[in-house]
Amino acid sequence: MSPVSNIKTLKIDGKDFSARQDETILDVARQNKIFIPTLCDLRGLSTVGACRLCLVEIKGTNKLLPACVTRVEEAMEVTTTSERLDRYRKSILELLFTERNHICSVCVSNGHCELQSLAQRLQITHVHFPYRYPKAQVDGSHPRFVIDQNRCILCTRCVRVCEEIEGAHTWDVMGRGIDANVITDLNQPWGSSETCTGCGKCVHVCPTGALFEKGRSVAEMLKRRGFLPYLTLMREERD
Amino acid sequence: MSFLDMDDALITLAERVDLVYSPLVDAKTFPQDVDIALVEGAVSSEEDLRKIRVVREHSKLLVSLGDCAVTANVPSMRNPFGVSAVCDRAYRENVNLDPGIPDQVVPKLLDRVRPIHEVVPVDVFVPGCPPSASVIHYVLTELIEGRRPELSTRTRFGA
Repeated sequence: MSPVSNIKTLKIDGKDFSARQDETILDVARQNKIFIPTLCDLRGLSTVGACRLCLVEIKGTNKLLPACVTRVEEAMEVTTTSERLDRYRKSILELLFTERNHICSVCVSNGHCELQSLAQRLQITHVHFPYRYPKAQVDGSHPRFVIDQNRCILCTRCVRVCEEIEGAHTWDVMGRGIDANVITDLNQPWGSSETCTGCGKCVHVCPTGALFEKGRSVAEMLKRRGFLPYLTLMREERD
Repeated sequence: MSFLDMDDALITLAERVDLVYSPLVDAKTFPQDVDIALVEGAVSSEEDLRKIRVVREHSKLLVSLGDCAVTANVPSMRNPFGVSAVCDRAYRENVNLDPGIPDQVVPKLLDRVRPIHEVVPVDVFVPGCPPSASVIHYVLTELIEGRRPELSTRTRFGA
């Protein structure tokens, strides 16, 4: 009896690769140092395909597919960079800048922000769309942390880490479309949350300056993510 | 200030350009046929709007210099509140002597502060808060040589 092969072979940007069938295009790209931009993805958390920055072209379909949630298939031909993809990715990033108030120069995460550095990497020097300037709230009711909705890009990393790693599910998303916001408990001040354990994991997975520690001034908020692969690994070993 | 931080490079630069208009030049009106115009700051008032239209009309290359010009940056932080709330705060609530919103001398504020390119076409964008002296020097030398500067590796929003 020959075992059913769970190895798939595929082409990424014209080069041959092999991968396990449960791996995604993004997994294979990362293992092979092929750059695909992402913001919502974070190793150790579930994938949601929220930011759409990892869209790739796949031969045979005109639809662009998110590399983070698309599993490899036999004989798949993936293109990770093209003029079309570049245009879409830049537009997505620029729209993120217009959606809230990202004032990099006075942000706690200036110089350590994934949105900011990705914009630079994708060679964005200005935003083509009109800025919205919404009135967004800053909640400083928690004794140690602050949520500044002005900087939130709705990647939901905070929601996922809180539920999946900490097991508290303090964070969630409320509202739809442009009215969506991350909230604590039943949309109450963070400081009054009964479920928040104060672990700070949400703060450190946040890609921008939306979540930060109190007392941090401009450019002072460095995120430490070392705990995430460590905790994931320890739990996998225990299972 | 960042411009002046070019220090001795300003001297060699001065040999290659004619400085025809600036806050440091004694010219009251913006001249005709300017090759390169560096504009900093966001478009905040009716006076800003009038001036940037004149600059655009009389300049071959308009350079949006710095985050305020490119993104509206800190000045745009008044936008979510609306101009009347901001004026009330500045001229009534926090003023003891003769409170009231000025209706002369001070230019009328626009409803929203805007980056320059939302108002007139811009040719070159130089983000940074502020762009460093070396970036400004690079931009100017490239433009003088007739090339377009490649900036994404040299500066960014908030740099």
